[in-house]
Amino acid sequence: MIKAIFHEIKPALVTLVIFSFLTGLIYPGLVTCVAQLFFPWKANGSIIEKNGNQVGSLLIGQSFIEDNYFYSRPSATSPFPYNGESSSGSNMGPSNPDFLKAIKERTNQLQKTSLSHDLVPVDLVTASGSGLDPDISPLAAYYQVPRITKLRHLSEIEIKNLINKLTQERQLMIFGEPRVNVLQLNLGLDELGK
Amino acid sequence: MSGNGFLQICIYVLALLIITKPVGLYMAHVYENHPIWLDRLFGPFERFFYRLSGIQTTDGMDWKRYLIAMLVFNFFGCLIVYGIQRLQFYLPLNPQALSAPSPELSFNTATSFVTNTNWQSYGGETTMSYLTQMLALTVQNFLSAATGMALLIALIRGIRAHESSNLGNFWVDTIRGTLYILLPLSFVFAIFLGSQGVIQNFKSNQKITLLHPISYQQAMQDQAGHVMNDANGNAKMQTIHMTEQVIPMGPVASQIAIKQLGTNGGGYFNVSSAHPFEDPTPLSNFFEMLAILFIPAALCYTLGVMVNDRRQGWALLAAMFLIFIPFMCLAVFEEQQGNPAFTSFGIDQMAKSNLFPGGNMEGKETRFGIINSALWATATTAASNGSVNAMHDSFTPLGGLVPLWMMHLGEAVFGGVGSGLYGMLLFVIITVFVAGLMIGRTPEYLGKKIEPYEMKMASIGVLIMPLIVLFFTAIATVTKAGVSAIANPGAHGFTEVLYAFTSMTNNNGSAFAGLNTNTPFYNMLGGVAMLLGRYWIAIPVLVIAGSLAKKKVVPSGEGTLVTHSPLFIVLLASITIILGALSFLPALALGPIVEQLMLWGQYGH
Repeated sequence: MIKAIFHEIKPALVTLVIFSFLTGLIYPGLVTCVAQLFFPWKANGSIIEKNGNQVGSLLIGQSFIEDNYFYSRPSATSPFPYNGESSSGSNMGPSNPDFLKAIKERTNQLQKTSLSHDLVPVDLVTASGSGLDPDISPLAAYYQVPRITKLRHLSEIEIKNLINKLTQERQLMIFGEPRVNVLQLNLGLDELGK
Repeated sequence: MSGNGFLQICIYVLALLIITKPVGLYMAHVYENHPIWLDRLFGPFERFFYRLSGIQTTDGMDWKRYLIAMLVFNFFGCLIVYGIQRLQFYLPLNPQALSAPSPELSFNTATSFVTNTNWQSYGGETTMSYLTQMLALTVQNFLSAATGMALLIALIRGIRAHESSNLGNFWVDTIRGTLYILLPLSFVFAIFLGSQGVIQNFKSNQKITLLHPISYQQAMQDQAGHVMNDANGNAKMQTIHMTEQVIPMGPVASQIAIKQLGTNGGGYFNVSSAHPFEDPTPLSNFFEMLAILFIPAALCYTLGVMVNDRRQGWALLAAMFLIFIPFMCLAVFEEQQGNPAFTSFGIDQMAKSNLFPGGNMEGKETRFGIINSALWATATTAASNGSVNAMHDSFTPLGGLVPLWMMHLGEAVFGGVGSGLYGMLLFVIITVFVAGLMIGRTPEYLGKKIEPYEMKMASIGVLIMPLIVLFFTAIATVTKAGVSAIANPGAHGFTEVLYAFTSMTNNNGSAFAGLNTNTPFYNMLGGVAMLLGRYWIAIPVLVIAGSLAKKKVVPSGEGTLVTHSPLFIVLLASITIILGALSFLPALALGPIVEQLMLWGQYGH
């Protein structure tokens, strides 16, 4: 028995060392080379610039709570929302009284400022899984149009056109859900003028 | 369910069925040592490696040697993962200067990755350096998956052997599985993920200027790090203004590819594939979901090829789908229906096809919506993958019951790479035994008589899981250390604990993540649960393999139970479900079922 165990130690150690090298260093290194060569912008975080400043990543959401911008979804990262260094969902259970209270408050708050009588789209009052969701649903964007129209003195058509232009359809017409990137929306708003 | 949702699910199932045959056949060639075209690329390296390590490729092992080789391999693997974590502060590729995780956490993580569980008590981006992610975690993602597949192949060899004790060579199986299956698949997949926006670099975290600064309130701390109180005993608050956002970086794509393919599931980031840098687009999401069941489904076909009766492989796959599809539909339905409490608040949860996913969006990402989140949750727990793209803790009560239930079936429906199918074969042994008793004939499977010895071993393998899960959950619910980690009150809190031990014992790794398990209590107890869950099943499997190998192959006669007929498939699925139900229904009644009744009782009208 003991002899049998000792017999397997050498192959075990050699395999671990060589395969650590192969799958732990060469493989990630090679993937990095290929990715940096063919998709450098994506491999480095899809970061967009405006006037020479890096203003954000297309994939990592930012907290927008000002009334003259499109709101992003609530975020449960700590200690502040949309903390890129510490992704997290709320992990609130569906029947948790604190959770239901928070949802109710968020909904009331939205209804106060929205100038719309429609029901509140659920994604605008619920925290995303990552806390970094860069998107909102097209419905959640349309819901905010009356408020932004009023505060920015723009026409409704202009803003709706902006939403339509930036809406990403289902990928290959099939996969996922339609969505609008909030950072792109708000950069677009600033370009339309205040 | 909308028409598009139905279409997405159909494409998913169809894609799985299409890849099963070619991938399964290829894997059979790899393990049978048939010529394959990748030989030309890796052949010289493989042969050089055998010379270097002194492995005799023709040296067949009996079940004891096979087991010893596996245990020695995993033991040293565990030590290395533990060591790298403890030393990470002194090692290179640590741009954020992260300190070493605690000893309990390092132990938990080491057992977690070596047993193919990938339970994570830590948040990846705040705990592990780039080097630890690659050299400790990614390596074991490959090797633990290859170990599981090797064990399955040993069992298959045992089934088809004729009065022999030779189960093949553990080293050759593990190395060929890594070199010819996992590594090339992962490489191609990682590049594809890169094309979708998954990051892959060695930079330190980047800072960007926010379009609009944000401010938030934080409790003030004195120099020792204690919260300072004002005269009334409340914490003193200070306002912090943020003008920058930190964008995380790192070698992510290479790790995500193998974490999905090897049914590992340990995310690079805290929230796994819900993180936009792990799963940026619906297309990357589709292929990551496909990767979860890719190898487990194809291995059914490999079994068919290796026992020279492909119908047997299709039959097992059919039984798996028979269980998988109804549960998936339940999860989709429940999540799409949403939270009944929301309706009274004036919240819209009705899906509108080109505008809005609707449903229970707490803990879900906009780009995936309801369909892809519920489908992922079912697939990741049917397989012992455990990566998530939505927070299971925030699922509706019955929507959360589905992933829990899929694990309660013993990770036999698809299951882990290798470990899933050998788990299913334990259920097959029990099924032919039960069927044999019903029709009064000697039970047989693929020409091998199933006798009380095999039946005992199968029972040990199948029953240990519920025993550990229920016993450990019971301990946690009556101790302060167990209860204080719970995040949500009431029945949901109990579900969190039950889910944690179910996930760890079944080597799944997904979580109801509200539960704070980074405590000595959960780290130690969980580590033990993962070890027992992996090896207490692996050992009886190898014992059965050894015992079956010694037997004669009996030609099938008129009295042989046909094991590829629809009747058998239904029987197998029923026995799998009944065993899971008998063990866990009482616990489920205390958790998700009572929560469902209370939530709908209060708000559902």
